[in-house]
Amino acid sequence: MTDAAPGQTIGPFFHHALAYPGDSELVPFGAAGSVVLHGHVYDGAGTPVPDAMIEIRQADAEGVVPAVEGSLRRRGAAFTGWGRCCTDTSGRYWFSTVEPGGATPFFAVTVFARGLLDRLFTRIYLPDGADTVDGLVAEREADGRLRFDIHLQGENETVFFSFPRHRS
Amino acid sequence: MTTSQHEISDEIAKIQADSPRGAPLLDFPPYRSSLLRHPTKELRHADPEGVELVAPVFGPSDVAPVEADLTVQRGGEPIGERIRVHGRVVDGDGRPVRRQLVEIWQANAAGRYSHQGDQHPAPLDPNFTGVGRCLTDDDGWYTFTTIKPGPYPWRNHHNAWRPAHIHFSLFGTDFTQRLITQMYFPGDQLLALDPIAQSISDPAALQRLTASYDHSLSEHEWLLGYRWDIVLTGSHATHMEASDD
Repeated sequence: MTDAAPGQTIGPFFHHALAYPGDSELVPFGAAGSVVLHGHVYDGAGTPVPDAMIEIRQADAEGVVPAVEGSLRRRGAAFTGWGRCCTDTSGRYWFSTVEPGGATPFFAVTVFARGLLDRLFTRIYLPDGADTVDGLVAEREADGRLRFDIHLQGENETVFFSFPRHRS
Repeated sequence: MTTSQHEISDEIAKIQADSPRGAPLLDFPPYRSSLLRHPTKELRHADPEGVELVAPVFGPSDVAPVEADLTVQRGGEPIGERIRVHGRVVDGDGRPVRRQLVEIWQANAAGRYSHQGDQHPAPLDPNFTGVGRCLTDDDGWYTFTTIKPGPYPWRNHHNAWRPAHIHFSLFGTDFTQRLITQMYFPGDQLLALDPIAQSISDPAALQRLTASYDHSLSEHEWLLGYRWDIVLTGSHATHMEASDD
């Protein structure tokens, strides 16, 4: 296996390049059957991180992982199963999407941030799903939204994953 | 902020002497912003599941060919040294990463980003956004035409300067191959002083982030060419599946 290129921090100046209209709306906000997945990204002092970027990859409501283009220019068309959200000035991210179906419903998540020297992988499981990982289950709020905070460090540090055939 | 470059370089040297690893060290105090943002727990090893085994799909509806030329986006010529960056994206088994999204962003020739957060008192270039996108072709090749970015100061320590670099965002064939990194230029004296580049303690690994000048890519009276190939981590797809593609 050839040695891979190492990662580097996303740095502070990515917003004008990576953010785009509709990036965090896998389905239009408020659409029938949609859900809001949101939370904050925190550093080791509990301070919100305003220059993080979160990406999600997911199956559709039936558990099928989409293989269609159109994530960058959605135009209200197909559900592509992928979205991106830069945290706002209060460290908050949000997605408008559908709850994934299937046997192991979770959102696959990639975390980037200034100060974080390489990307991190984690998962967000649904509160009523089976086969979850402790600490990685979204909270169902009274209004139906799903909340999941990401802690890069500290007492509540999020569980991050490495996968075989990938460097840590 | 009174820490000197000499002190930072000493910190880097001490850490690197103990850490002959290839990947960036997430706990790397010479990069001050990493102090409160690096995870402290061991990563949890997991087998990827269905949704992680396939990358999102990008195609012609997502990216227009003109987005790969950062010198024509504003109707006027950006200032600086016109360059082309060309290379091939492959996975850890040498298979081309086909028709996947490559995004770049960078400072202008004077070392300033077209970003409201960048207050470095260097001129903005009204004809340069520093943002580009393309899809790899059927054999994994990408090409960008752009302007060579300038180095710029930052506040990590006294007299801290980032080496010239282009940020790259790449998708592989698995979601777990996702990579954001930075391409550096050959012969840059600032690389050895830079805590972000030096978070990669293995010199061979850092070398993999450095483009090479390629005269065969340069064009007469027009631009200079750089070659930079990118190896993503191994894919979980089998060779059988790949050969059917």
